[in-house]
Amino acid sequence: MTKILLMGNPNVGKSAVFSRLTGVKAIVSNYAGTTVSYTRGQMKLGADTAEVIDVPGTYTLEPTSQAEEIALKMLAEGDIVVNVVNATNLERNLYLTLQLLEKDIPVVIALNIWDDTKHLGIDIDVEKLQQRLGVPVIPTVAVTGQGIKELVEAIPRAASPRLPHTSSDKRWAAVGSIVEEVQRIRHRHHTWRERLADASVRPITGGITALVVLAASFIVVRFISEGLINYVLDPLFNNLWAPVLLKLSPLMGGEGFLHNIVIGKLIGGEIDFVQSFGLLTSGLYVPLAMVLPYVISFYLVLGMMEDTGYLPRLAVLMDNVMHRLGLHGYAIIPTLLGLGCNVPAILGTRILESKRERFITATLISIAVPCAALQAMIIGLVGERGIQYVIMVFGTLFLVWIILGFILNHTVKGFSPELLIEIPPYRLPPWRTVLQKLWMRTYGFLVEAIPIILGAVVVINVLYYFGVFDAIANFTAPVVTGLLGLPKEAVTAIVIGFLRKDVALGMLAPLALTSGQLVVGSVVLAMFFPCIATFVVLLRELGVVRMLKAAGIMIVAALAVGGILNLIL
Amino acid sequence: MDKELTTLVQMERGQRGTVLQLKGGRGLVNRLNALGILPGKKITKVSAMLMRGPVTIEVDRAQIAIGFGMAKKIIVKAD
Repeated sequence: MTKILLMGNPNVGKSAVFSRLTGVKAIVSNYAGTTVSYTRGQMKLGADTAEVIDVPGTYTLEPTSQAEEIALKMLAEGDIVVNVVNATNLERNLYLTLQLLEKDIPVVIALNIWDDTKHLGIDIDVEKLQQRLGVPVIPTVAVTGQGIKELVEAIPRAASPRLPHTSSDKRWAAVGSIVEEVQRIRHRHHTWRERLADASVRPITGGITALVVLAASFIVVRFISEGLINYVLDPLFNNLWAPVLLKLSPLMGGEGFLHNIVIGKLIGGEIDFVQSFGLLTSGLYVPLAMVLPYVISFYLVLGMMEDTGYLPRLAVLMDNVMHRLGLHGYAIIPTLLGLGCNVPAILGTRILESKRERFITATLISIAVPCAALQAMIIGLVGERGIQYVIMVFGTLFLVWIILGFILNHTVKGFSPELLIEIPPYRLPPWRTVLQKLWMRTYGFLVEAIPIILGAVVVINVLYYFGVFDAIANFTAPVVTGLLGLPKEAVTAIVIGFLRKDVALGMLAPLALTSGQLVVGSVVLAMFFPCIATFVVLLRELGVVRMLKAAGIMIVAALAVGGILNLIL
Repeated sequence: MDKELTTLVQMERGQRGTVLQLKGGRGLVNRLNALGILPGKKITKVSAMLMRGPVTIEVDRAQIAIGFGMAKKIIVKAD
């Protein structure tokens, strides 16, 4: 099958071109042996089907980062390159183009973001550019789909001029002369969007912008997820699914080993979707009706923040603070991802350059950044006792993140490199790419989480049946009751936390804890061992030694913070 | 030092200038070049964060945020 590579600088709308070419069916894969991920899909090319690969964004083929190294390797495996070029910044984009034209591979150019050239006062002579480069150049607006048909028609005409290999100075000079010839710039006034953009990287206005954006995100996430829960999922489970289970229950004898695994315990003769703890009750309700809504709404908002171009601004704004934690501003991005799920967040630490930064970021995420699933459970369970307790839990975790980061920065050897990033202009997010990304992430959550949750429910019921938890509870009782002030049954929840934290928190529900105990329990659960999936990626990303270090820090920090909270509350 | 020669850090917000020299190792120079920052380029300083925070500049209509330490190494001839 013909392999078509989409290549270009970061922030040129490559993903939007990709989703226009391929439609919604796309797969995210990791490049063999690495965690650099890329997206691939298929498109019709004449009578044949071709594979389309969205190569990670690259500024140059002389690699300056791991993503660029991978891009170079992928280039060697492709058949045709669609070079996506930002029409509003030819000067920089054409450098990569000239490098591509030196290679022995046919190239066609999508001159994307074409619509913006007009109000930016940029005139580009496409015909002349085509002549100078010797390959087809098609103006496109991927967000609206303009020019995509012409681009597809031009793919068979892709050409390889095989320019002589040259030095970077000569290449920049060549770029200069081409731009000089094909581009005219008219003077014009700043638009409101640019003024807004500049304001968001200044200290005071930027800080205000960040607060507004983050507060708005929080409100939108809660609005969407609670809407889904209250008006769609709860009615479905309570009105349609519960009656089915109540019919099934007597058929299975109403109690006993099998009944407990499949349906769980009836609470007062009724199904309680949180406490019954069977496969068909809590096993389905927790992931689908308590957690999924938060996952969907969180990833929707995050996707919009990514595609409007806000995240890099947040990185610039946070750079100062993050440096105190031994990180640079960019580490805020995996950290925010961690609020969705710790697994992609820890994979996302790959964008950081040094091992030290990756270690600190990953450790902080797995200890102090609760995933959407856990947050949903905290809001659901602790929230019943009053909003102040929810604030206590999240406030403690935030403090732990800051203090632990500060400590790690002063104890982990090495230094952290500095920030150097491009800040794309604000754009209206293209709905297609936002929805495509939302779908891929949600699907990823479902296939990853549901089997583990169902497995966890079975394991817990079996172990419970054989009294294993009682044994562990008795053994660890001094620590749990003495230090943390929790009943010894809470041990079960902490052990289960290793499988799924959301499920584990649910297990605190039937223990009749005081509000203070519930806060301690939630914080300890959040900070203690991450769930098994996070554990696996931690191991893969950090290696055994660093992972054990991270785990040691976790245990000490969780017990210390839990103990202190117990004394205060 | 010539009065007009300055670094990105010392420039005023909104001031324009031309990049003269990148005083760094090969690695840093390569990374800056890849982002379109090279001698002879016209730049405008957009903003700087407080307390040795990153400096944001505009070059060829693209905005780049540069850490304080790196920004000190970029020598500019102010307009």
